[in-house]
Amino acid sequence: MKRYTKDRLRRSMMFVPGNNPGMIRDVHIYPADSIMFDLEDSVAYTEKDTARLLVYNALKTLNFGNKEIVVRINDLSSGLGVMDLEAIVPAGVHVVRLPKTDSAQDVIDCEKEIARIERKHGIEVGSTGMMAAIESANGVLNAREIAHASDRLIGIALGAEDYVTDLKTTRADGIELLFARSMILNAARSAGIAALDTVYSDVNNEEGFIAEATLIKKLGFDGKSVINPRQIAPLHKVFMPSEKDLNKAYAIMEAIEDAKKRGSGVASLKGKMIDKPVVLRAQRLIALHEAGLRMDDGED
Amino acid sequence: MDLKKIPHIEEIGNRGVCSGKVTKTSATFDERTKGENKIVKDLKTAILASGLKDGMTVSFHHHFRNGDHVLNFVMDTLAEMGFKNLTVAASSLAGVHAPLIQHIKNGVVTHIETSGLRGELAEEISRGLMEFPIVFRSHGGRAAAIESGLLHIDVAFLGAPSCDPYGNANGYSREDDDGIACGSLGYARTDAKYADHVIVLTNHIVPYPNAPFAIPESSVDYVVEVEDIGDPAGIMSGATRYTKNPKELKIAETAANVVEAAGYLYNGFTMQMGSGGASLAVARFLRQKMIDQGIHARFALGGITSQICAMHEEGLIDKILDVQSFDLDAALSLKKNHLHQQIDAVYYASYLHNSAVNKLDFVILSALEIDTDFNVNVLTGSDGVIRGAIGGHPDTAEGASLSVIVAPLCRGRIPCVVDHVQTVITPGAAVDVLVTDQGVAVNPNRPEIAEKLKAAGIRVTTIEKLRDRAYAEVGMPDPIHYTDKIVGVAMYRDNTVIDVIRQIEE
Repeated sequence: MKRYTKDRLRRSMMFVPGNNPGMIRDVHIYPADSIMFDLEDSVAYTEKDTARLLVYNALKTLNFGNKEIVVRINDLSSGLGVMDLEAIVPAGVHVVRLPKTDSAQDVIDCEKEIARIERKHGIEVGSTGMMAAIESANGVLNAREIAHASDRLIGIALGAEDYVTDLKTTRADGIELLFARSMILNAARSAGIAALDTVYSDVNNEEGFIAEATLIKKLGFDGKSVINPRQIAPLHKVFMPSEKDLNKAYAIMEAIEDAKKRGSGVASLKGKMIDKPVVLRAQRLIALHEAGLRMDDGED
Repeated sequence: MDLKKIPHIEEIGNRGVCSGKVTKTSATFDERTKGENKIVKDLKTAILASGLKDGMTVSFHHHFRNGDHVLNFVMDTLAEMGFKNLTVAASSLAGVHAPLIQHIKNGVVTHIETSGLRGELAEEISRGLMEFPIVFRSHGGRAAAIESGLLHIDVAFLGAPSCDPYGNANGYSREDDDGIACGSLGYARTDAKYADHVIVLTNHIVPYPNAPFAIPESSVDYVVEVEDIGDPAGIMSGATRYTKNPKELKIAETAANVVEAAGYLYNGFTMQMGSGGASLAVARFLRQKMIDQGIHARFALGGITSQICAMHEEGLIDKILDVQSFDLDAALSLKKNHLHQQIDAVYYASYLHNSAVNKLDFVILSALEIDTDFNVNVLTGSDGVIRGAIGGHPDTAEGASLSVIVAPLCRGRIPCVVDHVQTVITPGAAVDVLVTDQGVAVNPNRPEIAEKLKAAGIRVTTIEKLRDRAYAEVGMPDPIHYTDKIVGVAMYRDNTVIDVIRQIEE
């Protein structure tokens, strides 16, 4: 059985350093759609084993409710990546996040290791999902091939810090990321998977965070990584549909229902025919709204 | 004049016919009051004059918190003068009072009454330092004990940031400010009123009259000028900081939603926030709700923080009833805002009156532990050692229409929701709702609140489920081992014994 669902809400992915037991224990109380335990950049080299062991035990023992559990592994070339996979795949991770993905081959190599480990542990091959983080100019230019590299991919994400360094620039108002974001978004959509945006690291600048979240939502991203629980509520608020859009979506769905009742294949609203993309958008909007309304304070 | 001719004269309280003689002076106020004040040359002189004897009770207030230098100075002096067998009745004790250990070992102090105990002294007492158990009373319980005579104070030693030569004492100065301000002297006022003798210790003598004053000259016998009453840094920081801890904020936001859903957030409501990050942060979420709904609070009570004062200045809280100012901003608000009223401990919380706590709509309180009967412990830690203070916890929990306990489900590896608390300080019957980071539980005594919360979309679980989850996360701790020796007696607010604290076994 697959541990992951391709099509689910991914407005927020909460980063948790894998060597912080307090945060690992508490993260499930916040309403992020996905939790991402990090074994890579937020963990010092001397802490790599500690983090791997902690995350392994957390996956085995803690109850994270219905959240998607992602683990960011170290890249395979470091030698640590395979050790990470050996721990987290048997422990039941939903999605493996591959860092610094430059090419489709990176995804294929990682998938091969995951499949080997699944087989070794008697886990159905293909149960574990993957996502690829693109963090270089090369990766951005190869985004389409990366997005299509594996059936396991639930999405591709932008890792902006390394990317802007590669570009010989720094993070500013977002214009420096526009090309990468557009590439990643189009690549993701072409493969029918999620497009996920990078972190916003100034946690005390809520205004800046909201501006960035608003921008990436407008571009079409499914969601964004967050590094502090305080970023979750404002992010979800950005993704909350407006009342006007929502009313329109409900009207569209009503019109569809009416048409069905009448046995008609063609529905229209205010004299305009409703075609398939319109219905799809309306359905997504309503799902987003309902998710936003849920007081997501865990299971009973 | 013949008094007999006045009908019913025997029924009119009188001392005979007026002689016409009066004592009149032409000297100026300055001339006639020269030397006629209560300032004595030093503390020893005041102690001797007070008639203090071995075995008597001396009292102190805790408005200087961990910056207090008065208690140690007085106790050192009493030890030097050879006093023995004294009872120290402090409104609370802090880590800074560790030197009491030596006075206990030397027999100067044999009995202690307090609201709380921390640090080395608490450690030693939990290990059996004293023969006689410590008596723990709530702020309201202590006030009631003092006014009813259950706790008789022979001499009160009261530190004051300003005092005039006649004994009008205050928690701040209206003259040139010397940087020490504790704001309200609420607990000291009760001691001043009921103690047989009152000695004010101040580092700042100001001209008469030191108005407005917390303690009137009529209550004061002697004034002693000392170099140092305390360390301003330990007495208070600038402002109680808003927590940024996301877990505390989540708890606080939920607690504010609970208050609103339970129906206690209406125009003219009354409230108190206990100390602790999550508890104080509730004010921030209430503030937004108040602004959104265009309502304001009639009064905020209790330990007062900068946040409460800021809301008062914004017009969201009409009046402040301040028994203790938690930070410098609160102390300064007392000085500048005339609807910020200083109150004493009896007015605040004595069960013998319809005190201010009885007029609370809701109170938000912290807890070290809470058990499945909703009993709360705020006094002993997970190792059985005393490390907290009762404060106004039981007073406000019983007095308020809605008492909300805010606590994380676990602190580190310590579960906070448990089968049985180490020490019962506030009985479950006084506790209405528990808000943790992982769910809300309502006391089964208040089914109507549970219904209201559910109707508002707040997920309500049972306290047993919260306990199970806490144990599932961090495991069930091994029981603490105690000896049979009782080292502390905890009183409920009506001064009935609610629990005992035993010596830890090592």
